[in-house]
Amino acid sequence: MATTPAPTEEAAGTGSAANRSAVRSLLRLWPYVRPVRARLSIAAVIAVVASCTGLVIPLALKWIVDGPVADRDTGGVWLGALYLLLLGIAEAVLFGLRRWLVARPLAGVEAAMRADLYRHLQRLPVAFHDRWPSGQLLSRGTTDLMLLRMFLAFPLTFLLVNSVTILVGFLIMLAQDWTLGLVLLAPAVPVVIVCWLFEKRYSQVARQAQDQVGDLTTLVEESVLGIRIIKGFGRHRSQALAFRALSRELRGTELVKARLLAGIFAVITTLPELAVGAALVLGSVQVADGSLSAGTLVAFLSTALALRWPVESIGFLLAMSQEAATATERYFEVMDAAPEPETAPVPRPGGGPGAGAGDGGGLRFEGVRFRYPDADPGGVPVLDGVDLHVRHGETMALVGGTGSGKTTLTALVPRLHEVTEGRITLDGVDITDMPRQTLRALVAVAFEEPTLFSASVGENVLMGAADTAGEADLRRALDIAQADFVHALPHGTDTQVGEQGLSLSGGQRQRLALARAVVGNPRFLVLDDPLSALDVHTEALVEAALRRVLAGTTALVVAHRPSTVLLADRVALLSGGRVTAVGTHHELLRTSAEYAWLMSGRTETTERENR
Amino acid sequence: MTAPTTTAPTDDDHENGNGNGLGGPDSGRAAAPPGDGDPFDHDALPTPPRATATLLRSLLSPLKARVVLAAVLLLLQQAAVQAGPLLVAYAIDRAVPAFRDDDHGPLIAVAAAYALCATAAGALQYGFVLASARVNQDVLLDLRGRIFRHAQALSVDFHERYTSGRLISRSTTDVESLRELLGEGLQELITVVLSFVYISVLLLWLDLGLGAVAVASFVPLYLLIRLYRRRAGRIYGVRSTAIAAVIVKFAETMNGIRPVRAFRRESVNDTAFRALNSRHERVNGDAILEMARYVVGSRLVANTAVAGIVLWGAYRVAAGSLALGVLAAAVLYLRRLYDPIDRLGMFLNSYQSAAASLEKVAGLLAQVPSVPEPARPRSLPAPASELPGREVVFDDVRFAYRTGGEVLPSFSLTLPAGQTVAVVGSTGAGKSTLVKLLARFYDPTSGRVLLDGVDLRELPVPELRRGVVMVTQEAFLFSGTVAENIAIGRPDASRADIERAAKAIGAHDFISALPDGYDTDVRKRGGRISAGQRQLVAFARALLADPAVLILDEATSSLDVPGERAVQRAMHTVLRGRTAVVVAHRLSTVEIADRVLVMEHGRIVEDGSPERLIADTGRFADLHRAWRDSLVRGHAG
Repeated sequence: MATTPAPTEEAAGTGSAANRSAVRSLLRLWPYVRPVRARLSIAAVIAVVASCTGLVIPLALKWIVDGPVADRDTGGVWLGALYLLLLGIAEAVLFGLRRWLVARPLAGVEAAMRADLYRHLQRLPVAFHDRWPSGQLLSRGTTDLMLLRMFLAFPLTFLLVNSVTILVGFLIMLAQDWTLGLVLLAPAVPVVIVCWLFEKRYSQVARQAQDQVGDLTTLVEESVLGIRIIKGFGRHRSQALAFRALSRELRGTELVKARLLAGIFAVITTLPELAVGAALVLGSVQVADGSLSAGTLVAFLSTALALRWPVESIGFLLAMSQEAATATERYFEVMDAAPEPETAPVPRPGGGPGAGAGDGGGLRFEGVRFRYPDADPGGVPVLDGVDLHVRHGETMALVGGTGSGKTTLTALVPRLHEVTEGRITLDGVDITDMPRQTLRALVAVAFEEPTLFSASVGENVLMGAADTAGEADLRRALDIAQADFVHALPHGTDTQVGEQGLSLSGGQRQRLALARAVVGNPRFLVLDDPLSALDVHTEALVEAALRRVLAGTTALVVAHRPSTVLLADRVALLSGGRVTAVGTHHELLRTSAEYAWLMSGRTETTERENR
Repeated sequence: MTAPTTTAPTDDDHENGNGNGLGGPDSGRAAAPPGDGDPFDHDALPTPPRATATLLRSLLSPLKARVVLAAVLLLLQQAAVQAGPLLVAYAIDRAVPAFRDDDHGPLIAVAAAYALCATAAGALQYGFVLASARVNQDVLLDLRGRIFRHAQALSVDFHERYTSGRLISRSTTDVESLRELLGEGLQELITVVLSFVYISVLLLWLDLGLGAVAVASFVPLYLLIRLYRRRAGRIYGVRSTAIAAVIVKFAETMNGIRPVRAFRRESVNDTAFRALNSRHERVNGDAILEMARYVVGSRLVANTAVAGIVLWGAYRVAAGSLALGVLAAAVLYLRRLYDPIDRLGMFLNSYQSAAASLEKVAGLLAQVPSVPEPARPRSLPAPASELPGREVVFDDVRFAYRTGGEVLPSFSLTLPAGQTVAVVGSTGAGKSTLVKLLARFYDPTSGRVLLDGVDLRELPVPELRRGVVMVTQEAFLFSGTVAENIAIGRPDASRADIERAAKAIGAHDFISALPDGYDTDVRKRGGRISAGQRQLVAFARALLADPAVLILDEATSSLDVPGERAVQRAMHTVLRGRTAVVVAHRLSTVEIADRVLVMEHGRIVEDGSPERLIADTGRFADLHRAWRDSLVRGHAG
């Protein structure tokens, strides 16, 4: 779930351009880092000091060996050991202080970025969510942000700290004996270069492995979600084969990664060791000549040892930075998407507010055209000039063939999608002229696929009402939706449902979704095939109750069958992206062949089907 | 990766009592309080004792040879790495004086040995990383495959109770945390342990006294690690619960974005999310601080020990009872000795989370498939007539959930070959359970379900699935093209077969209108397919499979009337002569049935031809009258 490739296939970072942009991506973190910049800088300074303290320890050693030890001065030894102890304590405390300084601020940065992401995502257009699987968004809110926190905690600080440490370390060594220093310095350059080359190659393979994990996850997800189909058609074997192929492929990539890692580790182990060996031999010769003290040699080797980690780590610190840059890109990819605009995206000519006040009441569609934002702009729009007037207090059924755009049309009313052209008015007011919150308070919706949240039954239903709604409203709504099964649940209306609670059947969920739509006594009601999963008996009961509710409400009801249509005062037939006929059920049965066909499946069926 | 380290974790858990609820086989049982309902509700499946250790052992045992190889490579590699300071001691104490005496031999030997050790260390490192990666990847491959196959083998009943989210996180995040442990953690741990052992031995050999002090310093270090493990374990447990709460809220909001928007939940959600998020922030900060505390403690112990050893060593060199080279080597070793203790903390982290994950995986794998494959499979007899349908017999069948609660009391029922049977009744009457028994999604608690006289439990899966096909209400589409989705019914079908099936069900028109027709990817842009259209694809799939027995479980709920008519027509034409069981809440479907079963509270209360039942005065007659009325009101008036 964490690593499925983004729908906007991001090109794998290649070449030096990627490296330059890595810095640019990371710079975008600044607004979040700004509030904690003071602590972060202090922590970096402390880390530099602590790291250099570590470098001074060998010097103290040298002082002991060349001073008191050589002079056989036992008192001096005590002093030296005291210095060592103090330096050691200082190092430990400073490192602890660094971590202590950044712990809470960095957790805070992570949390702030996550809260912003969540906030932003909730306000992005539904069309955006249609395009992006929730797993992709989730991985940005979890794994990617953790990577960023780690980046701020380690690579950011230690790239600086280690560079300074290496510099200081070599200055110390060169100051003591420049020939030995140069010998030790020799492998640093090739090691850094190899690390850099490795990191570029590695990040490509790592990306590939991530994508393969994503594919594998998709397969697992589908095999779980589609388990009834797989079992029903006995397809486990082919699923298992596909799984095996994918996981073997992943294993192959992981082994390529391992080979790269093995290579870099080998280089990192061998080259510095060889240099230390060379320094040891050269140093021994000089000690023998008397041109170098034994203490200096010990200090030298000790310093070289202390510098090993800073040099080796540069490679993986760069790799981590690269990963963090990718994570930042992924994060801002989502944050850069524009949230739903509050006003109409395109200024409309004419049609001022309140136009045609006489019959402007109710819900009115005027020349509404709609095309999904990701659809081919040259193609035929889903809705191509819909004109429809649902009078105040009237219930209008919306009928149309499979895939004719009924659900799409209903999504336009609460502005889940924005009309491409034309306008929709509620009691004469253009829906784009009112704040979304107001609009959505006016219009209640029940969707074709009823979603319940992880909360109690009562909370799920009362979501549809104002905060003042109470027990009585809840009971009334449950009554209308014939959801009396609720009272038989383990904790009645307090029973937890949703992903983390009791799983309910499709019919039960549908009834709760319906209760949610009617609980707030909305002025406008949009129902998308609200009774599809109910059995005949329940359907009849719900209809009888709904009729009472609908009496005073302006409603648009998507209907697939005659029984649902009968809830409505009039019916609109949606065909070819337009409303082609409006009238009562009986009028349309007489006048519209397509409607008669949709309702009975009989008239002119044979000709149509056998074409 | 050596045998001791793989079994050690569980032993540790027992010793330490591990009260954090993360590791150890015992904690799983402790996490689910007895008598507090279904273990499924707590995401803690009962794990048999030591299942985690058994699982690990069974994963590693086929790779024994390579595990040993990796261990040997690492042993040698560490030996080569740790030889360095010894050579330093030798150079200072022997080679330098010899060189002064114009004996270059010892120094040349030092040079050669150092070069050899450095090269060997590098080469062995390369070998070890590769060998261990191969072991790790094979373990992961095996584990992934096991989880996948096991999940697929488990019954639909299990899948209904163990939510899909949990199953997915078992095979993704839990495997991932094991990957981290195997990939970085274990190697780290073994390196650390090995270098501890090597260095301690070398120090003791160089000088018994200095070595003893170094070894003694392990005691406070061990106590520190233990303390850290206990405290971090607790915090990590709290943290993983906190992040799980954040994830659930996040995912739920994104998946239900339409109702969130339509019901203006944004600010309420922001508030709820802020609370969850800041709880995670706090615990996260605690965890980092815990790590900081550990680092300070261990560094203090290490640096104090170094100072102490240097003091004593220098004192003795000054007093002449210790060679200078030995002191130099000891100091070099000491720095190496204490270097990896920070990393040990990181290893402990990945170990904690991997142990928790492995236990969850072990719990899943310990679930026994309640619908097992037959031990001695039998095949179906040749069809009795030229008609493709087969006879279905429920022989004294009873079904109850394992948790109790009888769904279907004992009953017997014979469906002759070629008959179309409609099953009606209100929600919860047991209609779906009846057909799931026939599809062998469940096995009966007692009694037998026979297909042409053969018990379903004795049929091999491919034969069963050729015989019985079920189309359900939820029409799931797999990623891939529309054609591929239909071809699930019969993978060897040609394009012409696929199109014929689609035409027969009336799906051809809308499929042709998609951007790439039958080759449209259902997950890509432009692939918007409505609920009704998905159900048509599901039907085309079933038509293509051409089964002897077809089950439709409320499979027409999202279809409009013409769609439903097309399905009914197809059953008259393409599926003519098949045995069909139709669960329907729409009585229109019943019109094509030869026979109707009315169910109530798990019992078949009415059974007969539609005409007879309509003429009767029972439940079905009532239902039918109500439905007729609605149609009449609809058409006339």
